[in-house]
Amino acid sequence: MRMYWSVFKLRLYNGLQYRSAALAGIVTQFFWGFIAIMVFEAFYSQALSQPPMSLPELISYIWLKQAFLILVILWLRDSELSDLITSGNIAYDLCRPSGIYNFWYAKLLAQRLSGAALRCSPILIISFFLPHPYRLMSPPDSFAFWLFIISLLLGLLLVTAISMLIYISVFATLSPSGSFLMFAVLGEFLSGMIVPIPLLPQWLQQILYALPFHFTADFPFRVYSGHIPASEALVGIGIQMIWLAVLFVVGKWLMSRALRNIVVQGG
Amino acid sequence: MRLYWKYVWILFKSQMQYRASFWLLTLGQCLTPLAVFAGLYFLFERFGQIRGWSFPEVAVCFAVIHTAFAITECFARGFDLFSTMVGQGEFDRVLVRPRGTILQVLGSKFEFARAGRLLQSLLVLFFALSSLTIEWTPLKTVTLILMISCGVFIFTGIFILAATFCFWTIQGLEVVHILTDGGKEMAQYPLNIYQKWVARFFTFVIPFGCINYLPLMYILDKTEGNGILYMLAPTAGIIFLLPCLLVWNIGVRHYRSTGS
Amino acid sequence: MITVRGLHKTFRVAKRSTGLGQAVKALFHREYKAIEALKDISFSIEPGEIVGYIGPNGAGKSTTIKVMSGILVPDSGICSIMGYTPWEQRVSYVKHIGVVFGQRSQLWWDVPVIDSFELLRDIYKVPETEYQSNLSLLTETLDLQELLGIPVRQLSLGQRMRCEIAASLLHSPSVLFLDEPTIGLDAMSKIAVRRFIQTINAERGVTVILTTHDMSDIEALASRIILIGKGRLLHDGSLQGLRSQFSTRKVITADYRTCHRPLAIPGAAILSWSPERAQFSINTGEIVVSEVLAALSSQVELLDVTIDGQPIEDLIIQLYKEHQLS
Repeated sequence: MRMYWSVFKLRLYNGLQYRSAALAGIVTQFFWGFIAIMVFEAFYSQALSQPPMSLPELISYIWLKQAFLILVILWLRDSELSDLITSGNIAYDLCRPSGIYNFWYAKLLAQRLSGAALRCSPILIISFFLPHPYRLMSPPDSFAFWLFIISLLLGLLLVTAISMLIYISVFATLSPSGSFLMFAVLGEFLSGMIVPIPLLPQWLQQILYALPFHFTADFPFRVYSGHIPASEALVGIGIQMIWLAVLFVVGKWLMSRALRNIVVQGG
Repeated sequence: MRLYWKYVWILFKSQMQYRASFWLLTLGQCLTPLAVFAGLYFLFERFGQIRGWSFPEVAVCFAVIHTAFAITECFARGFDLFSTMVGQGEFDRVLVRPRGTILQVLGSKFEFARAGRLLQSLLVLFFALSSLTIEWTPLKTVTLILMISCGVFIFTGIFILAATFCFWTIQGLEVVHILTDGGKEMAQYPLNIYQKWVARFFTFVIPFGCINYLPLMYILDKTEGNGILYMLAPTAGIIFLLPCLLVWNIGVRHYRSTGS
Repeated sequence: MITVRGLHKTFRVAKRSTGLGQAVKALFHREYKAIEALKDISFSIEPGEIVGYIGPNGAGKSTTIKVMSGILVPDSGICSIMGYTPWEQRVSYVKHIGVVFGQRSQLWWDVPVIDSFELLRDIYKVPETEYQSNLSLLTETLDLQELLGIPVRQLSLGQRMRCEIAASLLHSPSVLFLDEPTIGLDAMSKIAVRRFIQTINAERGVTVILTTHDMSDIEALASRIILIGKGRLLHDGSLQGLRSQFSTRKVITADYRTCHRPLAIPGAAILSWSPERAQFSINTGEIVVSEVLAALSSQVELLDVTIDGQPIEDLIIQLYKEHQLS
């Protein structure tokens, strides 16, 4: 456990060294948030029928997405890890006294947490005090808020588990940028980061709800605004845990297979 | 110019050394705007229109800006990745060669995989134009070409500006994405759907509005009064590029006095 | 050929903070300190010389090279190379120089060496006939024939360095700057690179300025060294000159037939003594070697004598100490 804590501290420390990077990140997130809101505002202004998500709910969705972006995006890339694989320096990590899956998982998780630690609170606070149409609304009740926190954390664990699969795929493709591009584009769409899932056509929604991506971002954000009521949210959290278990098992299995191949090649 | 193509040729040979990676990247590059475009399509399916603009009209906007961006990313990638060039001291090498710095930086990178993105954008453009009923005139065709080529000038200008920052700091460059990716994201819709101040900023400061919204009105016969002004609006892109080149030269001078 | 007078250069460097608290503080305020990289550097170099430019890390070596190759503009001072001021007429000046940065490559990584050469030909606008004759000369002297068709990434470090040097000579420069050309090379490759530098210097009269940490490079190549430390010029002259100026200490080791009586030589300090062998340290400024040997042979039956001078590395460390630079 101590090892994981020091990995996290190192990351946070590195992040602080880049003072303007954090500030620039916040400014950028705000800009993106405003564009997205303005586009949806324009769409909503002349909507013919009542959309399945109200504008305030949608705006909260967007601000949460901007604030927790680093926690939920799939394309966050640790070039150190992918370089390890392509350059063959992975031998060093194989000598470490901890399982490589757990070690990398901790590293990726730390990268996300330390990135978010610096960026999320300024965005949340400012967006909470914006003038009326752009404001981040507060959750309907404290229960919804706690459900949101739980589902967001589970979503974070889930997205990290999925990104582990991307790194494992680098063993096969040996092209980190290629692997990331493919996964990231699909993942972004499937998790509702481009268009919130309720606004998509019915048939597509049904497919997306059956995949794990929706639980990484779309689900927690809608739990926050109460768009997903508490009872459904509890069920969803259960499904999140099942997905998490499945992805862990699959990830570890694929990893051990990939490593076995490496040893054979190196032999 | 001849030298530039030599640079491109040698980079092409380099990238062909890694064929699998090349195809994977090309495919991925093709998918990226496709996912965004699919999002656009589904939004129109739900809402029908956006402030009076139909789906194919917005698709032209989308395609013009993405085509311009894809072309720029292909050939001005050297400026996009300039921070690594400075970080690794490779810019010193540029300075000990008897050629202009801009040409050498342009020639340092050329990503052929980005052609996937270009192809996809062109397909969208073709689809959008064919599903609109436009009375084509030679002037309108010229306008369309101006839109794309001047879009390339604007993006190149922004890339150069961003690269110039690297002479002072390589931190916080992320903010430049507001202008490149953000500008692209924003200008894929007609600018009049946004708040006034946003539309003004992206017309008069960074003239994205001049390369698609205004001339598009001309092509779609939505203009009132003199159409020529709308038609020539894209040339603002050339005007935008000039100060960027000036700033670049100031940056190079700074680099040569601090060496950092 | 090259005249440098009174070069000054000062950098402003941000203080790197340590500790988490400091890092947070640096978010708002950052401290700078000025570092004088070059202080009043002056020298001149004649055509055809090979000059070793040496000094410890951070001494100002690469700053000087950057100024002389037109990359950096100094704060003050004069630098005239073949009539050009490097930083003012950059484009026309750099046609006449070649630069090799030992730690970086100027060749395109994934393509055969010859492709890089041809692109360089176009960059420097070298006429075809000149290019061909240079290429064949370089191929011959550097033994490149087999390497030209191989992608750079598959070359060994030594092979690559030979190609790097060839690449910077394709446009027949009059001055060649070599920044640590032998760094990381094995002994064989080092010798090959050195021999090549000598050849092009002798045959084409190229003036060579070379920085290195490897003193054997200097001993093999440079008739003249310029030593700088902390931005100041410490020594300009021949290697022997440096030796005779500073290296007055010699160690004499004598083997003799067993003798149980301790030795006493006036003017020499005993470092170690045993019945069969003794070591002395002398200062050649105070006593000449022959006097010591005479005194020795009068006291014992000498079997073998070795006299060691100070190695050049020690000498330079001593020099730094003298200037309080370590």
